[in-house]
Amino acid sequence: MDPKKVIICRCEDITLEDVRNAIKEGYTSWDQLKRVLRIGMGPCGGKTCRILVLRELAQHLNVPIDEVKTRPTVVRPPLRATPLKVFAKEGK
Amino acid sequence: MSTYDIIIVGGGITGVATAYELAKKKAGRILLLEKEFVSAGSTGSCAAGIRAQFGTEFNIGLMKRSLDKFEHLARELDYPEDKIELWQGGYLVLAYSEKEWENLKSRVEVQHRLGIMTEILTVEEIIARFPQLNLNGVYGGTFHQRDGHADPLHTTFAYARAARRLGVEIREWTRVEGLVQERGKIRGVKVNGELIEGEKVLVACGAWSSHLMKTVGVEIPLWGEKHEILITEPLERAFAPMVISFSIGYYIQQRPHGSFIMGIGPENPAHWHDPRDFDFSPTWRFLERMSQAATSVLPMLKSVNIVRQWAGLYEMTPDAHHILGPIDEVPGLYIAAGGSGHGFMFGPVVGELMAEWILGETLSYDITRLNYQRFQKGELVREPAVVG
Repeated sequence: MDPKKVIICRCEDITLEDVRNAIKEGYTSWDQLKRVLRIGMGPCGGKTCRILVLRELAQHLNVPIDEVKTRPTVVRPPLRATPLKVFAKEGK
Repeated sequence: MSTYDIIIVGGGITGVATAYELAKKKAGRILLLEKEFVSAGSTGSCAAGIRAQFGTEFNIGLMKRSLDKFEHLARELDYPEDKIELWQGGYLVLAYSEKEWENLKSRVEVQHRLGIMTEILTVEEIIARFPQLNLNGVYGGTFHQRDGHADPLHTTFAYARAARRLGVEIREWTRVEGLVQERGKIRGVKVNGELIEGEKVLVACGAWSSHLMKTVGVEIPLWGEKHEILITEPLERAFAPMVISFSIGYYIQQRPHGSFIMGIGPENPAHWHDPRDFDFSPTWRFLERMSQAATSVLPMLKSVNIVRQWAGLYEMTPDAHHILGPIDEVPGLYIAAGGSGHGFMFGPVVGELMAEWILGETLSYDITRLNYQRFQKGELVREPAVVG
């Protein structure tokens, strides 16, 4: 498995190699990787990539996945990408 | 002798920029403490805008210098240009009343005097240049090309990385529980119940700063105010400037990455002094108000997908200016906070000047009027060009 060819984030086109390099640079939490790679910031909102990244972090840090540092959960809607006009209409 | 010469509390733009500038001046052993990770607070939640179109000479002068720094930042910090994402597509400020129009035009005179070459545009001129806009209710606008965008996350990471290269120690996921003084002088900070000693301590933790200052009995009039923001899916470049209205309170900009980022000021914001009250939950009401404002001024956005909304804190002060400088009651203690919605864009210049101040050098731009005592003395520094 060539990490250059494994796509972890389809929205932002981020490979496993990108993730591993960023972890090596010291971005050792989901929240930091998101901010440095834009992983999880695309239309899927992290629903595809988050668990893959957490597993990668857990392996790198050699800890169980629930010990990987995350900030307190903040929900950032919408759950699915939604056009502005939907909300503009509701607001009238 | 203390373990550190300077301890900085807060890993936002202000903290990391000051750490970098201090290290560049070989200020000794520097420790930066951040309760989550670098950029996790207000810096990383902000709208990424940078502008020199302010109302007071003081702010225009400072932001002119900050823009100069942003224009050379990637090289200075040895960080990829395409990550800093500097984009100078200009800020287009729209006026929605005769009075607002007059005010905007009067500010341009001051801006010109200071070398900020803002253009005054009639409604016809705006339409000719930016045909995507719906200008219903607009009286005119001002435009300054050098204003625009920089990525707050990568800019902050760039400073942090450069600071580390120069020997600054940065500890993330490390919460400072309190400041420690001894015989009326700063002694250090408390982490996990233990003292870390520092000759000097700079508090640069945004809306969290006033709470921390209280641990040594210093009252700072600074509070957190919730502001919401959203971002869309990325599109090909379709619109260049940040379009902004101070009276309606909206701002919208397409980022170099392609997504549109936008916000609108809160209706009745609470003033939060205690971090336990800080609330980052997104609201439905914001989505409605924002979508209405955005689709009205930029109808092309109607079918564009929102992918994320979030909230962050403006770190407000009574006159919407930073609070900067030494704390007289506790020698060795300094504050740099209170950006009031502009902390990121002022960050590079504030970092430079705070480093001078902390090292006792002559300030290359006089920011002494932003001292914390101005509120007691009634010497407020009013800024009219604030969103929300």
